[in-house]
Amino acid sequence: MTAARNAEQTPDWSDYRGVLVVVEQRDGEAKKVSWQLLGEGKKLAEKLDVQLIALVIGHEVGHLAQEAIYYGADKVFLCEAPELKAYRTRPYSRIAMKVIGEAKPEICLFGATGTGRDLAGAIATHLPTGLTADTTELDVEPPPSRLLLASRPAFSEKMMATILCKQYRPQMATARAGVFQSLPRDAAREGEVIRIENAMTEEQIATRVLDFIQERDKINLEEAEIIVAGGRGLGGPEPFVMLKELADALGGIVGASRAAVDAGWIKHEHQVGQTGCTVRPKLYFAIGISGAVQHIVGMSNSDVIVAINKDPEAPIFQTAHYRIVGDLFKIVPAITAEVKKKRGEVKAYERKV
Amino acid sequence: MLHIIVCIKQVPDSREIRIDPVNNTLIRQGVPSIVNFYDLHGLEEALRIKDEHNARVTVVTMGPPPAEKSLKECISLGADEAVLVTDRKFAGADTLATSYVVARTIRKVEELWGKADIVFCGKQTLDGDTGQVGPGIACRLDLEQLTYVGKVVDVNPVRRTVTVHRYLEDGLEVVESSMPLLITALKELNKVRRASLPGMIRAAGYKPYIWTTADFPDLDNAKIGLKGSPTIVSKTWVPEVRKINGQIVSGESPEQVAGELVGKLWESDLPERFGWT
Repeated sequence: MTAARNAEQTPDWSDYRGVLVVVEQRDGEAKKVSWQLLGEGKKLAEKLDVQLIALVIGHEVGHLAQEAIYYGADKVFLCEAPELKAYRTRPYSRIAMKVIGEAKPEICLFGATGTGRDLAGAIATHLPTGLTADTTELDVEPPPSRLLLASRPAFSEKMMATILCKQYRPQMATARAGVFQSLPRDAAREGEVIRIENAMTEEQIATRVLDFIQERDKINLEEAEIIVAGGRGLGGPEPFVMLKELADALGGIVGASRAAVDAGWIKHEHQVGQTGCTVRPKLYFAIGISGAVQHIVGMSNSDVIVAINKDPEAPIFQTAHYRIVGDLFKIVPAITAEVKKKRGEVKAYERKV
Repeated sequence: MLHIIVCIKQVPDSREIRIDPVNNTLIRQGVPSIVNFYDLHGLEEALRIKDEHNARVTVVTMGPPPAEKSLKECISLGADEAVLVTDRKFAGADTLATSYVVARTIRKVEELWGKADIVFCGKQTLDGDTGQVGPGIACRLDLEQLTYVGKVVDVNPVRRTVTVHRYLEDGLEVVESSMPLLITALKELNKVRRASLPGMIRAAGYKPYIWTTADFPDLDNAKIGLKGSPTIVSKTWVPEVRKINGQIVSGESPEQVAGELVGKLWESDLPERFGWT
């Protein structure tokens, strides 16, 4: 237990330095959010003039320690054991606590995934310290305060809130996938790998993972590069078939606004702008979406945005690179046909060559 | 007999909250209070276990006095007892301070009605949106923790095991664990029942247990309310929407508009990025 009880007096945290990112993986494959967090963590570490540290836990994940260095880590703690193959709260949190105790980072970041939230919630309570969930903006105040400014959407994404943890260290946050950018992988980067022992045996762990069924075609909006999204203007579930045709022609997936999901026209997993779902595709179609703030917050980082709406005053147009005012039921099939024609032309050309 | 404790929170229905466009503040007035709906799925699952096995279901909440209404709703659905912990000193609690008080409440409930075998929480609340209180309670009570549960496959009171499906971003995990344990509930877990007439009649006459700090003589005051909360909100703002000065794409016919748009997309680097060329 730390001496951080007296709220009037800021405790001396000068032995806590560095930014720690907990890398999430499954079967030796890292989640993209882990590298994104290293990219963002690097910015924070540079502002604070401290090391960027990564923690890799799993079974046969030594290569990920190396990858973490390529993606920006100066130092990596690595814990490998067969019992650590699948994530379980107790052994993983115990290892993370040990590393936090040894490395004393001032900031700890986790992906705001099921696993990241599960782990961070346990650790923050054990330590104890403050934990901010689901952040979408991170910054630090320059020394001497060195405070983490952890910002997240609040009130159904209608507002943003900045949250501070002044009296405790480390300052912890989970962060959304798809919001931050990873550094380019640089295989020339060097860093230190420190191996640590797993302290728990299988007999000490009451929870057993019996099976994992991967859903390869599960809608993964966060990682999608092309999204064709529909909203209230579609008027019902059927027009989503038309959107799917455009998405298929482009090689993308179908998204939806909250209004369309709440109306029951399409499944919840397609919703853009919900808690935990911020998208950053290269190309985003907003079709029949008026542009509620939470939707725009969820998609405005897309590289190219095309909006189609019959209402020229729709707020979505202020966030669109290409604005089409008109009847989506006529325009969308025309675009699909045009895309097919273009791609068909390309194919024909390739055949000639 | 199994003892199942369900943690709930009465929350403003944040879907109904609007932003005052003039001063950018939240309009809370007239926003209805509801039971956080993920918590109701936890309660429903507890009641299903009770339907199948011999079990007692206790509902607990921390909140202001009006939260009594939500507890009565849980009684009408079939919970056996309900406890409200309320005190001005609890105000301003973040997830760490909340999990401290709720964990202590569960301990006190256990003194009355026996050790908890299963604790249910919602995946997260509609107003806080953190999902941190469940793991916090599990940690403080040293319970096994199963988060994001979309299905309870098996409850075995003899072996004292529970098997669940956890729904994760990349797939479905089948996990077995031992009681006592804590589960955080997803919407997919079940369909919440409607209150029965006898349930409604019981709820109408039911008075929840109401505990204040006076009922917890050894509560550490430094761990509750604002003082016990490491995180503070330093500011809130309405996000500035990134304005893009886009171009209007138009034409005589839908085909012409489509041709125009696709032409522009093909001039960009998109075809190269996606291997369209």
